[in-house]
Amino acid sequence: MILPFLIIIPLLAAFLITLISGEKDNWAIVLSILAVISLLALALFSFFTTGNDTFIYEMSGWKIPLTICLVQDAFSMYMLVIVNLIALTSLMFSVTYIRHIAAEGAWKYYALFMLLVTGMNGVIATGDIFNLFVFMEIALFSTYALVAFGGKAEEYEAAFKYAVMGSISSTLILLGIGVLYSATSTLTMANIAAILPTINPQVVFWVGALFLAGFGLKAAIMPFHAWLPDAHSSAPAPISAMLSGVLIKALGVYVMVRIFFNIFGGLAVFNTIFMVLGTVSIMIGVLLALGQWDFKRLLAYHSISQIGYIILGFGLANPLGILGAVFHLLNHALFKSLLFYNAGSVEMILGTRNLKKMGNMTKILPVTSFTSMVASLSIAGMPPFNGFFSKLIIIVAAIQAGHPVFAFWAVLGSLFTLASFMKVQRYGFRGENKIEKPDVGASRGMKSAMIILAVLCLVSSALIIPGIREVTLDPVVTVIMNKTGYIHEVLGR
Amino acid sequence: MKQTEGMTLIVKTVTRVSVWLIVLYGIYIIMHGHLSPGGGFAGGVIIALALLNVMLAYGGNFVKRWVNIGFLHDIESSSAAIFLAMGILGMAMGGGFLANFISKGQLFHLLSAGTIPILNIIISAKVSMGLFVVVWALSIFHLDKGGK
Amino acid sequence: MIVYILCFALLLVGIYGALTKKDLIKIILSLGIMGYSVNLMIILFAYKKDAGYAILVKDAVSTNMVDPLPQALILTSIVIELGITAMLVALAIRLFEKYKTFDITKIRRLSG
Repeated sequence: MILPFLIIIPLLAAFLITLISGEKDNWAIVLSILAVISLLALALFSFFTTGNDTFIYEMSGWKIPLTICLVQDAFSMYMLVIVNLIALTSLMFSVTYIRHIAAEGAWKYYALFMLLVTGMNGVIATGDIFNLFVFMEIALFSTYALVAFGGKAEEYEAAFKYAVMGSISSTLILLGIGVLYSATSTLTMANIAAILPTINPQVVFWVGALFLAGFGLKAAIMPFHAWLPDAHSSAPAPISAMLSGVLIKALGVYVMVRIFFNIFGGLAVFNTIFMVLGTVSIMIGVLLALGQWDFKRLLAYHSISQIGYIILGFGLANPLGILGAVFHLLNHALFKSLLFYNAGSVEMILGTRNLKKMGNMTKILPVTSFTSMVASLSIAGMPPFNGFFSKLIIIVAAIQAGHPVFAFWAVLGSLFTLASFMKVQRYGFRGENKIEKPDVGASRGMKSAMIILAVLCLVSSALIIPGIREVTLDPVVTVIMNKTGYIHEVLGR
Repeated sequence: MKQTEGMTLIVKTVTRVSVWLIVLYGIYIIMHGHLSPGGGFAGGVIIALALLNVMLAYGGNFVKRWVNIGFLHDIESSSAAIFLAMGILGMAMGGGFLANFISKGQLFHLLSAGTIPILNIIISAKVSMGLFVVVWALSIFHLDKGGK
Repeated sequence: MIVYILCFALLLVGIYGALTKKDLIKIILSLGIMGYSVNLMIILFAYKKDAGYAILVKDAVSTNMVDPLPQALILTSIVIELGITAMLVALAIRLFEKYKTFDITKIRRLSG
């Protein structure tokens, strides 16, 4: 019974915000933060009570082939926890930042933000493939508006590019859904999975190609990555954190894993494609990032590279690789959001994103530069932080699965990541420029958002400790490895 | 002619006569949504088009004086909230989200099908106001640009 | 069979337009064409030979109906496309305000 509320609460909050807020944004802030806190509490509660079980919620009192169902299992709850955690910190960061960039009409931001959360929660919770498409469009639609929220020329340009690419990929996905429906006569994902092995196997390849292009564009894996650096670097910083931190995972990676593992049953050819595309994304993303001097653009290129690690981990398709990929999903959401908050805080206070124009940040913005240090070490894979463990697991899994070539490229990519963030720290935060201490510092909300994520970067390494791992990450891996067991869990036979 | 805004007198007179007929047709489509093709979305679009007819014939500024755009916006938001409330009411009455908790009545009667006519009316409010406000906002963009 | 191929050709026309045209409005129209072609294809999937409308009619028992689900799906997707198109048009108007042009090759302030 919890599941529908994860969608109802943010949707209701979005419409209430448009109704009750006048010129000021106070009510909008209160309502949206309350909504997200309750969402996070619900998600955490249901994550720890789910375990290895699967619960189904059937809409409007009909039974499964006739109705839209919501599916609650370990994987979807894990993603919901990540989404709502990042959404909460993003809102904390937003309060000052949005007042800074948009003097009036800031309440619109919160309404759109709640629609974004609605869309992502819906995509994750739903068990119906067309409903997934609808929620995906809700999320994307609010994203287009949020990327353009600042009202500068570059932001409109990035939003337009993003909207065009997003529409093309959505059309391909809709075509895939149509073909799937005509082949199986059902839209419930578990029923599709049950019927697919009994029909012509070529359907899977046709639909798989369409979905790979469509959702690959959402996830920004290598050949489809062109929109990401523009959109993610032009958006307001809290939205960049939401986009890079969770949106590309919820709409891209999560849906791809659901479809290719739980519905198509983890075919070897798609696993190979995942591994190759993942490795290419790792290298191209990090090489493009090395030459960047725009802080947010550099971070956006690193998102491509880190998504490559996740895709590589899932493509290896052995339990260790999937464990690493699942763990890296959480870790990347934590440290990439944190880095975008750092960039946003620097941009708000110094008015620049250029690394060459920064300098002696440790004096001016102590919290920002300290947390950026933590995040840089995490993303570069330094031992006590979470990024090290997940990357290590993925690399070990690659060797174990008999693909040492991919492991080599992953290690090389990690080294380049370290080099790139050495550059950020050396020239950016500890640069030689002597900058006067500005009058305004980061606000309390911004600081606490950064500190929470920095602490979590360290604490989440503990998830890998045996004992904690059994209740957190292992059920998720079980759901993904249990491929078409999804059918039995959902349909109950 | 003294009028500078909108189209000619002929168009205005025809619009004045026809707009209410169009609205009436939209309401007919909405009310029979559970019996015949059409429904909340189609009827809502028809009503929005009637309002847009007025906007085209009389100009954007007249519409701004004629109806309160902020009020239309509020109708749109509150209809979405009411739709959600109907869904939660369905949960409260023991079914799932959006369960049809009112007695279904007899087939082919106007007052039948439980909550579906109510939901049709809510959707039509949402669609008509939403579509009209969107196109009106786009036309305002255009006016501002021409003014510069 | 020929209708499906024609639908697919229409989809390709849309993709071609979206990728090669330089005018913002033409790109938006191309995206519209893509959407319509997919909607057309999904509604064609509902076709059944010699079947009637999927509507209950008074005093007539109809056993052979076309599939009623795809029309609900495309109605939803049309609504979504309406929203996206309005969004894109609004963005195009804003871009015109900022850059004074609809030519996408001249709208390049973001560095590669």
